[in-house]
This record gives sequence, C-alpha cells and structure tokens, in this order.
Amino acid sequence: MSKKEIKNTGTEATRSDRAEATRSLEEIFEQRIARDEKIEPKNWMPEKYRKTHIRQISQHAHSEIVGMLPEGNWITRAPSLRRKVALLAKVQDEAGHGLYLYSACETLGITREELYEQLHTGKAKYSSIFNYPTTTWADMGAIGWLVDGAAIINQVPLCSTSYGPYARAMIRVCKEESFHQRQGFEIMTKLAQGTPEQKAMAQDALNRWWWPSLMMLGPTDAESVHTEQSMKWKLKRKTNDELRQQFIDQTVPQADLIGLTIPDPDLKWNDERGHYDFGAINWDEFWQVVKGHGPCNKERLSARVNAWEEGEWVRDAAMAYAEKQEDKKLKKAI
Amino acid sequence: MKNENIIQYIYGIADNALILGQRLSELCGHGPNLETDIALTNISLDLFGQIRSYFQYAAKLSGDKKTEDDLAFLRIEREYKNVLLVEQPNRHFGYVLTRQFFYDVFHLLLLQELQKSTDETLTAIAKKGIKEVSYHQRFSSDWIKRLGDGTEESHHKVQEAVDDLWKFTDELFHMTEDDRVAVESGIGVDVSKLKERYYKRVGEVLEEATLTIPETKWFQKGGKQGIHSEHMGYLLADLQYMQRTYPNMEW
Ligand SMILES: [Fe+2]
Ligand SMILES: [Fe+2]
Ligand SMILES: [Fe+2]
Repeated sequence: MSKKEIKNTGTEATRSDRAEATRSLEEIFEQRIARDEKIEPKNWMPEKYRKTHIRQISQHAHSEIVGMLPEGNWITRAPSLRRKVALLAKVQDEAGHGLYLYSACETLGITREELYEQLHTGKAKYSSIFNYPTTTWADMGAIGWLVDGAAIINQVPLCSTSYGPYARAMIRVCKEESFHQRQGFEIMTKLAQGTPEQKAMAQDALNRWWWPSLMMLGPTDAESVHTEQSMKWKLKRKTNDELRQQFIDQTVPQADLIGLTIPDPDLKWNDERGHYDFGAINWDEFWQVVKGHGPCNKERLSARVNAWEEGEWVRDAAMAYAEKQEDKKLKKAI
Repeated sequence: MKNENIIQYIYGIADNALILGQRLSELCGHGPNLETDIALTNISLDLFGQIRSYFQYAAKLSGDKKTEDDLAFLRIEREYKNVLLVEQPNRHFGYVLTRQFFYDVFHLLLLQELQKSTDETLTAIAKKGIKEVSYHQRFSSDWIKRLGDGTEESHHKVQEAVDDLWKFTDELFHMTEDDRVAVESGIGVDVSKLKERYYKRVGEVLEEATLTIPETKWFQKGGKQGIHSEHMGYLLADLQYMQRTYPNMEW
C-alpha cells in the first residue's frame, strides 16, 4: 500500500490499528493468565474482566460486613467472658476482611462510597446466608462451623486467582476463616457434650443452618451462568456442585463425631461414588431469599444503611478536621 | 487486709471496665466506618481482657469454687460497683467518644498509681493495662478534637455530650469504704488525689477541641454504692441472659 492510499483510508486504518493493539494487549493479558502470572492494577485488562472482578470482590466485601450483623446479635449476650472475647474478636476479623476486600476492589477504579451506595440501594448483592436470624447461642457455633466452613471451601481456590490484589487478600482471609471454623466447631462440640438443653440447642441450630449452608455454595451447575468465563480467569476452579459435595463429605463425619444429626433423611454414603448422596435442595427458598424475601433481608440492609447515615456527620467531621490541620501545616511552612 | 475487702476493691475497678466494655460491644458492626468500628471493638476487647485478669484473681481469692463468670454475670444489680458514667447509653457517636474520653483519662491515672500497689497481681494487671489504656486515651482524645474542631454539627453534638456527661465525672474521685481500707493497707489507690490531674488533662483536650468546659457544680453519684441509673437493668438483662436462663452449665 502506498502512502497516498493510507492517507485516503486514514480513519479506517486507525481503527484497525487500534483493534490490532487491543488484540495484542488482550493476547498479552491472556498469556499472562495462562502462565499463572498475576494481573496487577497497573496492567491492561479487558473491561469485562474489570467489571466481573468489581462485582465479585465487592459482593464478597459486602458479605463480610453484613455477616457481622447476625453474629453481632449475640455479642452482648455471650454466655461467658471467654466466649464473649472470642466472638468479639471474630466479628472484628470479619470487619478486617471487609476492609482488605474493599481495598482490593478499589484498585479496580471504584471508590468505597460507590461500593456502599451499590449495597445500600440493593444493586449489589451479599451472601444470602446472612438473611437468616440468629435465635440462640448455638447459632454462633453453627455459623462458625458451617458458614465459615462453606466460605473456606468457596475461597481457598481464590488464593491463587488471577487478580493479584484479590488473591493476596484471600490468603489473609482464608487463614482467619479456618480459625473461625475451628472455633465454631468447638462451640458446637461443647454444646453437644453438655446438658440436654444444650444438646437440643445445638441440634436445632444445625437443623436451621444446614440447608442454607449448602445453598451458600451457589446454584447447581445447570443454572450457574458465570462458570465458564470464571474458570478461565481462575475466579473458579471447581463447579458449585463439586464444591457442595466437598463440603458435605467434609462435614458429615464431623457431625457424627459430636453426635449431631444432619437434617437430611436421604443422606447416605455411596461406596461407588466415594461420596455422600444427599436430598434435594429447596432452590425456591434460595431464590426467594436472593430476591429479598428472606427472614432478615430488610433488617440487615437497614442496619447497614443506618450505620452509614448516622455516621455521616462523624466522617464529615474527620474530613473537615484533617483539612484544617493541613491548612495549619501549610501556613506554618509559609 | 481480708480477702473479702480485696474482692470488693477489685469490683470497684473491674466493674467499670466490664460495663464500659459491654456498652462498646453493642456497637460492633454499627460504627460510622470500618476503621472506627474495628478500633472501638479493640478497646472493648482490651477491657474484657483486663476484666478476666481481675475476676480470675478475685475468684481465686474468694476460694469457694467461684469462677470469673460467676463474678461477671451472676451478681444482682446492687452488687455492681461501676460508676454511673460508664453505664450511660450509646446515644450517638459523640456520646460514645466523650464517655470513653472521660473514662480513659481517669483509667490511665488510676493504673499508673495501681502499678505501685503492694499486691503483686494488681501491679501486674496495672502494668499491662497501662499500655492499652494509653492507646485508648490517645484514640478518644483525638476523636474529641476531630469532633470538636470538625464541622459545626459535630461541634454541637460533642458539646452536647460533654455537657450531659460532665455531671458523672466527679463520682470517679469518691472514696468508698473499700477504697479507704485498700489505701490503708497499701494495695489501693487514693482516687481523690487524682482529681486535679484529671481535670487539667481533660481541660487541655477540650480546649484544643474548641469545646467549652461546663461550669455545672451539680454532680450525680451512686454507682459506687450499687445505686445505678435506669439504664443499668437493661444492660444487665443482656449481659446475664444466658447465665440466668441456663444456670450451672459450661459453655
Ligand atoms: Fe468470607
Ligand atoms: Fe470473613
Ligand atoms: Fe469468618
């Protein structure tokens, strides 16, 4: 092609140049992921990758801080000083997880205020499990054991996900979650070995939290929309159904060990599969809660909105004060 | 000094931490942002840590198979010896931080004296506590300054809290009969001697925060004698719920 010809078709050439450049950026990006190298905030990434990560990381961050509420419900009523301290520390850990995850999300070019806005308006989701009420002390055991337990199964694979800041946040988070799980199991063990009232309390909590915990691992593969893309980006390593099976296989022997009964009459070991078979999950209930009609959806969201709105004057004060101090420093310097 | 006197003396100190820690723990998950939520929970955790040391010691002194939990959870309201200040509710963040600040300044002065106690356990608890409480005081003082010298609204709100809670500060320096016995035997602190340093320190921070020091000369008292405000019963209802509903069980 002569120079003249290029000039004549200038716009077209620029457009295809740009397409070419994007293609090569995309190739570099994909090769990087294939080589198991991390994508860092400064690296080019496809818009869809950025958006998907904002959605997933923020959803995770929101789950951590909404998740503080059901357990926070029992801090003032914890049955002993030792348990009170442990529960306070646990709920505080969840706040810390929220903090790491919001920070990781902010590296994708969105602010914490925007993320909160999405949560408060219902645009962003959080884990549906936190829309169930905590009605007894045993729920603190069941949540640690089952909910933190299911969270770990979901999250351990994310420690090697492709987006660097997310992967690093998950390494810290997972360490603490497994501590939470052990602590929850220890609460349950103590109750299961306690008086008849305590044992009944533990069994009742298991009955209420078992099925929602299974749902926490996500819809069945047939109904899960994001799986293929997520596998490629290492946001997922196993399918929801595989993770659920792993959770069940891991948890059933633990229940047996402390003499509690999993509330599923169809649950039995399948020698051929090398896994437990289990009963049908009530997916109608799952979608009901996801859509906002769980027992505590309204309370959880309004608790978050209240904390944020009532805290506004405090945040404003901190900002105004910091600005005044900055001004004073400047004046001194002059 | 009789063990029973030491136990009573310990209640006089530890109940403040217990009730303030309980108040702070109500806020976990509801702070104005994650950073302050975490920081307030930290203070609550420190206080509960101190409480456990005090009550484990008191339980040992009592000698009748009592545990730290019996002392923390199973007394009647009249037997809790905390000052009225610490049981005041979390009306808003300005109240929370003012209550904290008013207590922290006292708490640090108290522990600095308590570390000179002739009782080795109390000395050790005080020494460990000083580090924590120095941080608490820094945290609450900084917030008083931020709120006082922040926006007009925050200034107004924190001034309201200072004006309201001021009347509870004087009780911190009242000497009870147990205090007197403890001071005489060398294990306790003469809190009446902390007053001047207290109001000086509080005054400095309020001034830097552009807040007005209340002039009221009317003060409330009673907590040290176990005569509490109407708020106390509800706080105890939460605190004691499990131990009262399910007596004699292990958790
Ligand atoms: Fe989590
Ligand atoms: Fe977490
Ligand atoms: Fe957790």
